[in-house]
Amino acid sequence: MSTKRFRLTRTHIFSAFFLVVGLWIALRAPGSFAPDTISKMSVGLGPEAPLWEAPTRAVLLAVAGLYMAGGALGLINRWPRVSFSVLLLNGVLMFPAILIAAAAGKQTNMLTMLAESLRLATPIVIGATAGIWSERAGVVNIAIEGMMLTGACFGFITFFFLEPAMPDATNTALFIAVMVAIFSGALMSLLHAWLSVTFKTDQIVSGTVINILAIGLTSFARREFLLSTRAGRVTLPSIEIPVLSQIPIVGDVLFNNKPIFYMMFVLLIVTHVVLFYTSLGLRMRSVGEHPQAADTVGINVFFTRYRSVIISGMIAGLAGAWFSLETVGGFDDLMTGGRGFIALAAMIFGKWNPAGAFGGGLLFGFADALGTRFQILDVPVPPQWLQMLPFLTTMVVLAGLIGRAIPPAADGQPYEKQ
Amino acid sequence: MEEKSPEVSSSAEPQPSVARRISWGEIGPRLVPVLAVLTAVLFGGLFMVFSGTDWAGARAAFASDGLGGFVRELGPGIGKAGVAYAAMVEGATGLGYIDPSSVRAQTTVVVLLRLGERAIVFLPGNLVATVVRSTPFVLAGLAVAVGFKAGLFNIGAEGQLYAGALLAVWIGFVPALADLPGILHIPLAVAGGILGGAIWGAIAGFLKARTGAHEVINTIMLNHIAIRLADWLIKSRTPIILLDTTASVPRTPFIAASAEYPRLGDTPLHFGILISLGAVALVWWFLYRTTLGFELRTVGANPNAAKYAGMSVTRNLVLAMAVSGGLAGLAGAGEVLGVQHNLPPGFFAGVGFDSIAIALLAKTNPIAMIPAAFLWGGLLNGAGLMQIRADISIDLVKIIQALIVMFVAADQIVRVIWRIRARRQEEEVIFSRGWGR
Amino acid sequence: MEQPPVLEARGITKRFPGVVANDHIDFTLKKGQIHCMLGENGAGKTTLMNIIYGLYQPDAGEIRVNGQPATIHSANDAIGLGIGMVHQHFMLIPELTVTENIILGNEVTVGPFLNRKKAAAQIRELSDRFGLQVDPLARVGDLPVGSRQRVEIVKALFRKADILILDEPTAVLTPQEAEDLFEVMHSLVEQGVSIVFITHKLKEVLAVADEITVLRDGHVAGVVQPKEATEASLASLMVGREVLLRVKKEASEPGDPVLSVRDLRVMDDRDHLVVDGVSLEVRSGEILGVAGVQGNGQTELVEALTGLRPVLGGQAFIDGHETTLATPRQVTELGVAHIPEDREQDGLVKSFPIVDNLLLNVYYQLTYARRMVIDDAQAANYARDVIEKFDVRTPSIYATAGTLSGGNKQKMIVAREFSRPIKLLIAAQPTRGLDVGSIEFIHQQLVAIRAHGVAVLLASAELDEIMSLSDRIAVMFRGQIIDTLPAAGASREQLGLLMAGVHAQAA
Repeated sequence: MSTKRFRLTRTHIFSAFFLVVGLWIALRAPGSFAPDTISKMSVGLGPEAPLWEAPTRAVLLAVAGLYMAGGALGLINRWPRVSFSVLLLNGVLMFPAILIAAAAGKQTNMLTMLAESLRLATPIVIGATAGIWSERAGVVNIAIEGMMLTGACFGFITFFFLEPAMPDATNTALFIAVMVAIFSGALMSLLHAWLSVTFKTDQIVSGTVINILAIGLTSFARREFLLSTRAGRVTLPSIEIPVLSQIPIVGDVLFNNKPIFYMMFVLLIVTHVVLFYTSLGLRMRSVGEHPQAADTVGINVFFTRYRSVIISGMIAGLAGAWFSLETVGGFDDLMTGGRGFIALAAMIFGKWNPAGAFGGGLLFGFADALGTRFQILDVPVPPQWLQMLPFLTTMVVLAGLIGRAIPPAADGQPYEKQ
Repeated sequence: MEEKSPEVSSSAEPQPSVARRISWGEIGPRLVPVLAVLTAVLFGGLFMVFSGTDWAGARAAFASDGLGGFVRELGPGIGKAGVAYAAMVEGATGLGYIDPSSVRAQTTVVVLLRLGERAIVFLPGNLVATVVRSTPFVLAGLAVAVGFKAGLFNIGAEGQLYAGALLAVWIGFVPALADLPGILHIPLAVAGGILGGAIWGAIAGFLKARTGAHEVINTIMLNHIAIRLADWLIKSRTPIILLDTTASVPRTPFIAASAEYPRLGDTPLHFGILISLGAVALVWWFLYRTTLGFELRTVGANPNAAKYAGMSVTRNLVLAMAVSGGLAGLAGAGEVLGVQHNLPPGFFAGVGFDSIAIALLAKTNPIAMIPAAFLWGGLLNGAGLMQIRADISIDLVKIIQALIVMFVAADQIVRVIWRIRARRQEEEVIFSRGWGR
Repeated sequence: MEQPPVLEARGITKRFPGVVANDHIDFTLKKGQIHCMLGENGAGKTTLMNIIYGLYQPDAGEIRVNGQPATIHSANDAIGLGIGMVHQHFMLIPELTVTENIILGNEVTVGPFLNRKKAAAQIRELSDRFGLQVDPLARVGDLPVGSRQRVEIVKALFRKADILILDEPTAVLTPQEAEDLFEVMHSLVEQGVSIVFITHKLKEVLAVADEITVLRDGHVAGVVQPKEATEASLASLMVGREVLLRVKKEASEPGDPVLSVRDLRVMDDRDHLVVDGVSLEVRSGEILGVAGVQGNGQTELVEALTGLRPVLGGQAFIDGHETTLATPRQVTELGVAHIPEDREQDGLVKSFPIVDNLLLNVYYQLTYARRMVIDDAQAANYARDVIEKFDVRTPSIYATAGTLSGGNKQKMIVAREFSRPIKLLIAAQPTRGLDVGSIEFIHQQLVAIRAHGVAVLLASAELDEIMSLSDRIAVMFRGQIIDTLPAAGASREQLGLLMAGVHAQAA
């Protein structure tokens, strides 16, 4: 006689979710959209770009059908591989589906939506990468927000002072400013490492201290040094990659972009290679999983952790530079707006892997971009709700999109030499 | 066993002999938080001296008159720091050294000791302002401390404050309840405040218990959401939810008189102060005298042992966040019902990290929350006056506050400076456990 | 000309706060020798080895390698001198592969990049040469314990160790696997390796040692030749007095079954079926010993029976009530006591005072709490009573549990569990890591409650303990009970075979 308990799994929850949503769409779409409503989805730049005239209602009903099918399949759970693929497809379809619904009777550009999502994902992905460097070595780093803020502030202050002194070399000034941003991130992370690794302070407390310090320092610095708001806001220039940017449709969007955006991809690749293919990465991971074992083979745990945390700070500083030097062209108090914490969620979403972190960042970037797009399309949703979107997405993602994520085994534990 | 072990005196605890010189080794550790503050303040002072000194002149003075000349050049900087700190103390506690006649009309001045043109005075108004300012900090600090006891890091005090304030203010101004006598209206509004905060906190607790999602991120997300939610609720015109349409700035209507906290005469001292003190006692009793409190602390200290002991970890995590949120909500309600009497958007900006700092400063001890909160409120109140008198940016106080938190959290630094022995293992205060497994 | 000893320690002294772990210890290892270091838990063996391996610095004394004085400030120094150590708790990283674990710190590289292929080839070569089978590509976390130990040894050999320190290597092996290890050790010695073998198991020492150094309370109690020693003589050297090797107990008169388990199936944390159809019965007044090497499902079985782990299939009954899906509290309230395997992690709260720890399962009951308020006076009385009865040595009931020694912590847990009316005791590895005095005490407590009619389920990896205490023995292997037999006639060899999965023939 067996007593098997019914276990509510993630698959069940997602299946139920899609089933309900599919049903809701199927019931409401006919009422909300006239049969001849068309969403014009442009895929490219400029008036000659290919245009897909999507019959709104039909598309949405098709999506609804797929959702309900996927939901049913998942609940029955007879063919796990098939239902997993369908559910995954359903998840991906959500993005274009929402866009099509929002653009009913109007025109919108899917390609720029993708581009915007990628662009807005930049600080989050870079921040998540910073987190990976630190946490893979066993040091929890919730101070990414503070490090970003510091980088943004002091990077911009540097530019503010340099630019009038070198009016013909603005780009050089910008470059130096970015270097300073990276350096200030490194300094903050040095403090974090000192507190957590040497003094063995609780790492979350230490990270919070850095965040508080960063807010105080940057507000103080802004008031002291940035006396006037500059009329013309200068940002980093776009760099066009030859050959690749000539690719039709995507070329111009993907390969004609600003430097820190490109760095996002460079960092992802470099991090992946270092982590899994070099001895540096192996040592780092060992220190994060089982520092005592690493110690007994002669690896200096403290030094490895310090190094990782400082690199983490440098990357976070670069993410900060994205805000003030690449996007806005100025510094405002608290301009990182919680992105540092969203980056942590992306890191967890990605299970401490660069590739996964990119996925997470893209998800949040899309949520961010959607908000603005809704405003352009005059979707009748109050702006505050749109602003909430990235934060709500973060919570949903953390709650269960990826199941229980297992961090590096020694993450968060100060190392005591026995 | 054949032989019994030597009798352990089972009834007598080690009694200290009465008249014994108390050594630095004993009181040192207890003073660490105080010394942390002192050290941070000293650092702040050094920074002020640094920024107030003319370095070119100092270098020249050193070259010509040696160390004496150098120190003399530091004079203005030191003077500036002195003025700044004096201003801070005056702003915080009302104790100052000024010319009594320079005080604005209708400000009460108590002259303590005349010294020529100036006098040592006491301005009760400042002290009152600090007390009022510190009151929500006591509750917010308690909120964070309760979380810590259960092993949770609640950074969501800000969001929970909003949640509590929103519900409290609505109960306060909604026409249907306007005719309730005060004795019913106030408790109802207070209950609303607690409920709002408790729900907001419980969300993060539930997510943590069920999915393992870390409360640090979730509470911060909930903060951001709460700010915008409050913004929308207050400003929304289609539909009108909490907006006072007759007002010239966006805010809620004023609450009914029957919902306002009673005040002490004409002063701003309001009932919420008593509530805060009561909450300190209640939280202490709850944590250390009740079975629920015992469970909560066990879950925080060792969740595995808690499970082994039959406690429900899920239930206790949610309960802890609910209690924590409820306390923060109570603070929010207090500000609305006792001070502002309405709710404008953006009212509680930045309170979240303050509450953490206070909880750390008090080492999560409920009773120590009162002096810690007073210190914090004092620093903030004093900063305003410091800016006027010494022309130093308010943000410097924020830096000092950050330093205080740092020195308290990493008290090793303070211990080294003041020669106090390192923390023993039993004294470890465990705040949180990485991403929590 | 005589060769200098390959490793020599002279006058090593090491103090920790409150205790002298090593007190002027002299130790000599000759080339090609298997030298056993014997001592009970806490005698100072591991400390001495950690000093030799560079993880600790001695307060006094010197170390010589091949006759030359050596300064060993770090593990790297030790490795450079040819010293390798296989720790009692493996220093392996489960997430990484065998190759990655072995080359860690000593990586085989092409520029900055790892050369996994070359490393794997080198490992295979070593593995063949010394007869230690390892799969370079396997993930260590997936490997069984015996394989992990081989990886640890290859790790030391990879770094060209010719002095190998093995710290309690057989703690996690069946008797047969231990035999295999001894063979490996002999083959290593033939190839020129010298071995220090740390253990507290007397039988092994006599089986494999060329020379024996006995440590007691931090100093050398004697250096003995195996031919001149017996288990009893070694035991008394280890402890300093006569030791009861077997506990005195009356014949059992078992009553009705208190615990019945039928076809129980339980999954582990990684969703493997780790308890696969276990059925057993424990009657009142008897001790059922569950023998078996760690990792065969005993841990999960105990967790499932005490409500700490969900059950996949099958049933459990305690005192007639079905407890298959019961919560820990429900199980406790049925009159069950549980001595957990990991006392620090599960059984107590280090930062709480002793009195609070003693209240852990009963704090909510009326004796100690009226309407949610804890009665401090009652709690204190009970605490004082109980620490006296169970010989828990502490200056005060308000001292934090973390200040207690290992033995006293366990005695505190025993005190707590035995101080309420119980019908069933489930004890998992109750004497792990304890000193002989505490072990004796706990054994006597177990026998005493058995005499009171309590049913006892004892899960232990220490075969001697099982054989000494049990009335019946059930051997667990790969999640199943291979066989259950009366303790009276069972022999070590028989049990050893069963523990290795070899089914006994029908009697």
